[in-house]
Amino acid sequence: MAAAQRDAAIVGIHEYPSRDVEGHVSPLQIKAESAAKALADAGLGWRDVDAIYDAGDGGGMSGLTIAEYFGLHPRVIDTTNVGGSSYELHAAHAKRHIAAGKARVALLTYGSTAHSNAMAIGVGDRGGPGAHPVDNMESFVGMTLVSNYAMVARRHMFQYGTTSEQLAEISVATRLHAMRNPEAVAAMKALEFLDVRETTIDDVVRSRMIADPLHLLECCMISDGGGAVVIAAPEVARDCAKTPVWLLGAGEAAKYPENGGDITVSAAAQSGPAAFGEAGVTPQEIDIAMIYDSFSITVLTILEDLGFCAKGEAGAWVTGGRLRFDRPKDGPALNTDGGGLSSNHPGMRGIFLLIEAARQLRGESCSQVPEAKLAVAHGNGGMLGSRHCAGTVILGRD
Amino acid sequence: MSDIGRPLPNPNELDTGAFWQATKNGELGYQRCDDCNTVVFYPRRHCTGCLGSRLSWHVASGNASLYSFSVVRQSYHPFFRGRVPYAVAWVDLDEGPRLLTNIVGVKDPGKDLHIGQRLVLEWERHDALAIPLFRPA
Repeated sequence: MAAAQRDAAIVGIHEYPSRDVEGHVSPLQIKAESAAKALADAGLGWRDVDAIYDAGDGGGMSGLTIAEYFGLHPRVIDTTNVGGSSYELHAAHAKRHIAAGKARVALLTYGSTAHSNAMAIGVGDRGGPGAHPVDNMESFVGMTLVSNYAMVARRHMFQYGTTSEQLAEISVATRLHAMRNPEAVAAMKALEFLDVRETTIDDVVRSRMIADPLHLLECCMISDGGGAVVIAAPEVARDCAKTPVWLLGAGEAAKYPENGGDITVSAAAQSGPAAFGEAGVTPQEIDIAMIYDSFSITVLTILEDLGFCAKGEAGAWVTGGRLRFDRPKDGPALNTDGGGLSSNHPGMRGIFLLIEAARQLRGESCSQVPEAKLAVAHGNGGMLGSRHCAGTVILGRD
Repeated sequence: MSDIGRPLPNPNELDTGAFWQATKNGELGYQRCDDCNTVVFYPRRHCTGCLGSRLSWHVASGNASLYSFSVVRQSYHPFFRGRVPYAVAWVDLDEGPRLLTNIVGVKDPGKDLHIGQRLVLEWERHDALAIPLFRPA
């Protein structure tokens, strides 16, 4: 592995197990329980935390709310909110804050009861005309979240000849991994998936069309859930209970509609090279690709933008089950926890990308890739087909 | 029957209000910077190409090309749920701006639309403003 700075490491993780809390647990409670379990995982306690990161799910003035609710007196308070990619940016910022000596132990938490609240994230109202100029120009159209991503898929098909069968490879590989993860199987049962089993390409392309050309089985679930990640300085990490998972590099980017722009290229085209460059590794060295799978097309586009294959070639590249955990010689294993498609998506999935990447590099995944040494976690927040933020984090073990 | 209508823009919103005021006269407006010629869309008070703010309004011809589209089959929105299937689209006006809109005037949006298709503007008139939709040319 390259000579990237080992200035911060993930030392504690927890993924809240339930995807349907039936209204009995609040997002704040999910955050606190996850924080305590992630700190215990690291062998640390509340008093060790001196930096907190929150994407606003803690409520209004979330940095303050979280500090009080957890009973902490942080030296660093970071409330970056860029949707589902917030946690990759939090990890990037924690690495910088720790490297600068501003913090020693950083705590990232997430809690959501999107399922219990019956939030129609994918097919619901995108918000009415309001005070913001973007809403005032776009909310008359009736663009659902799914149709926003579908426009990227349609354009990708037009420019590169990508097919629905190729996109379905993402769903099939992810479901295979989900079926090996007892929490993902329980999640699909709790959320009343019609068929909790491995799927085929045919199953995906014959499932109901939600917004052409995206089918039901290309869309993520809406669950309850949350989790926590603890990131620590090297001198802390060396004494923690678990193997440190180093944050080797990170990149951030924002993309939005521009006249004449290409919507098949995501913000990952900027954040990816920045992260790989800092880490001093290439995409071809990566064992595990944790990529925000809001929809099949999200992953396909980002695989290209991160440099796993050339732009426009991901359709052919993923064909034949290449992304399965048991084909490590062919490239990275994709979303080995079962992803947002088949395991956990309470609205902002980014924290689970870090958690499963850490599990793989510790050797703790349900779909473990033997000798996994390097992982990428890539969050995409906002909407792929219009405005979104990207956060790429490269992780590695000693 | 529901009397819930299409969600309408606020014609007094501070950045985009002038765009919507002009639709009353059948004008599809966009801004261009007098100093650096940058086309600014969605409308704003400042130029994104230079540090100036001398933006002039121009009227688009209404001719456009279909950049990408999707046919919405499922919506929980109180108005749009009754309109499925319908097409949402990014269209490129010949003058440069890319606009989010609906494509109308096709029998089956799943079959009758293709990327690159030439389009023309069609106004959907309301009391205080008009909504710019597009149909095949």
